Amino acid sequence: MQTLRTPFRLRAPGLGLALAVAASGALAQANRAEVIHWWTSGGESAAVKELADAYKAAGGTWVDSAIAGGEQARSTAINRMVGGNPPTAAQFNTSQQFRDLIDQGLLNNVDEVATKNNWDKILPAAIVGSIKIKGHFYAVPVDIHMPAWFWYSKAAFAKAGIAAEPKTADEFFADLDKLKAVGLVPLAFGGQPWQEKITFYAWLAHVGGSEMYLKLYRDKDAAMVMSPAFKSVLASFKRLHGYVDAGSPNRNWNDATAMVISGKAGFQIMGDWAKGEFGAAHQTVGKDFGCFAGFGPKSPYLVAGDVFVFPRTTDAAQIKSQQLLATVFTSPKTQVAFSNKKGSIPIRTDVDVAGLDSCAQQGVAIMKDAARQLPSPEMLISPDLEGALQDIITKFWNTNESVDDAAKAIAAAIKS
Amino acid sequence: MTPVSRPRSRVTRQLVPWLALLPMAATVLWVYVGSIAWSVRVSFSSSRTLPIPDFVGLRQYERLFSSERWTVSLQNLALFGVLFVVGCLVLGFLLAVFIDQRVKGEGLLRTVFLYPYAMSFVATGLVWQWMLNPELGLQQTVRGWGFPGFTFDWIVQQDAVMFAIALAAVWQASGLVMALMLAGLRGVDESLWMAARIDGIPPWRVYLSIVLPMLGPSFGTAFVLLAVGVVKVFDVVVAMTQGGPGLASEVPAKFIIDNLFNRANIGLASAASTVLLLTVLALLAPWLYARGHATRREARAARALAAREGTGEPAVRGVLA
Repeated sequence: MQTLRTPFRLRAPGLGLALAVAASGALAQANRAEVIHWWTSGGESAAVKELADAYKAAGGTWVDSAIAGGEQARSTAINRMVGGNPPTAAQFNTSQQFRDLIDQGLLNNVDEVATKNNWDKILPAAIVGSIKIKGHFYAVPVDIHMPAWFWYSKAAFAKAGIAAEPKTADEFFADLDKLKAVGLVPLAFGGQPWQEKITFYAWLAHVGGSEMYLKLYRDKDAAMVMSPAFKSVLASFKRLHGYVDAGSPNRNWNDATAMVISGKAGFQIMGDWAKGEFGAAHQTVGKDFGCFAGFGPKSPYLVAGDVFVFPRTTDAAQIKSQQLLATVFTSPKTQVAFSNKKGSIPIRTDVDVAGLDSCAQQGVAIMKDAARQLPSPEMLISPDLEGALQDIITKFWNTNESVDDAAKAIAAAIKS
Repeated sequence: MTPVSRPRSRVTRQLVPWLALLPMAATVLWVYVGSIAWSVRVSFSSSRTLPIPDFVGLRQYERLFSSERWTVSLQNLALFGVLFVVGCLVLGFLLAVFIDQRVKGEGLLRTVFLYPYAMSFVATGLVWQWMLNPELGLQQTVRGWGFPGFTFDWIVQQDAVMFAIALAAVWQASGLVMALMLAGLRGVDESLWMAARIDGIPPWRVYLSIVLPMLGPSFGTAFVLLAVGVVKVFDVVVAMTQGGPGLASEVPAKFIIDNLFNRANIGLASAASTVLLLTVLALLAPWLYARGHATRREARAARALAAREGTGEPAVRGVLA
């Protein structure tokens, strides 16, 4: 061992020199910002380019670090923070994914920008709840995705003789029966655990209602889970399984969307990112396909999305870059340009919606009613508990497990 | 190097192997053993996204074994292990025997059988997924041929999905076993075959009673390679089923990766890795013991021989032991 130590010590000054050179090179660029994100698909990279262009227009130098896959991108960002070589900003979901990083003091706050731009007022409460921890803003939100939209094929509706969008769960089941009767797949479904999970979110929010939803995810109320009302939501969720086809297990979400696009299937319950698939197939909303965010005019709107966090640094130039990023990302002009490419809706409702498509306009209109906003489960529970609940839901969906056993499992998971 | 006197040369000769081994030894100690020790340490902490140096005793292990997904993963691993190892050994041996008949186009066939092993399961798993999908693949095709009653939907069935995965895995790895076995078969002395022919013993009997026992070392090598593949099985499951339908094809490696990254739970993931390591050690221990026993016996014999000849080489022996 002794013989090995010496070369390491000898190498260290060389390494230090290399770092110093790299650092001085960085200083030469104005407001250099290295941004880690996982937006690598066609529409996503077009969207992130809007952010980069806006940042460059504000006098910054954008260094793009795109890493495919959310998990991969997040663990890279965390590893670099722990290793002492953090990026300027890193993407996370609007969720509790970065809560541990705040607790460990690894993030800078952007209170200055938030106060100046009045984030408390302009941002939806659900998002503020996720990014404002102990009175400090630790992340800048960039978009709102709603994971529980209903998409349907107009051609399939015509074939099954369905005249209007369903306004209640009963009407929804009636429509599914009509679709089944004419030999179509009533519900296009991708049987991957995360898709089963967001279908459950949608079902709980739209059928169980906001109150029941919050009692589960916010209050972790085990007594509510054992109640007949919750069990009936579980039972009707499982009833949906009778309307999916045999090939659904492990189907990708976009393959399920393709079934709606081709008119082979009637409905899909999926996030607003599905819109991009219809667009890529040159279908237009209202003519070829339709969207609705829930049953009836009071349906809740699940708020999820993406944020950027700012790793701790004491370098004044980096802090300046971080604040510039936060300012640029939330400006109304950037928000509209970005949302259009991304398929999401802007994080603020005080923007001009004329440039958005009709599904997004519908979303913005709903978001104006604060009572209909509902934070997505990721914002309310830890990734750990979310994973445990996902395991329970996927088992319940795919096996003959009884409603009682599933309710017991959920109650046990939220108690621990 | 300056010329050295006779006694110093002996010291140098003792040192050289150690010096040569040092980089490897340091890597093993620091990187492998160090990482293992660190994982075990983390498994006793309450770490979530980041490692925290606290101590919570066996809490993560209690959680682990109360998790249904983990117990299902272990059961699946055991089932997959048996199916995969037995399947590969039998099929690999039969393929080797088949090729050993001096068939035409041997080189081509060998390549064809070995080729799956050279490809990543991320790609081939996807093809298997399509082939086994009841609405795209085999089932639909055969039904299209006029057999509407034909059913082959293992991949979407709770209790059959592990067989579908084992099927794909055997397809991939049996070529490797074939290559190992073929090398063994080619090592069998031609005179044995001639003797058997003179005695009028049918070839299948020669394979079963004479050749098979002689291939012991080849089977040993194949078994170790396959067993390692079983413990770390991950890609085939992710590519074919993502652990589904439900939890029906979950495996421990996937449990660990999910908890390590997606679920921000490195304490639990480390506990799971530790359990997996202990399982492997428990399975390996008898084998290591038997092998160590054999090595020691050989070393004793060599020492006795060296003592008789009066030219002991303690340095080399020390390194080898």
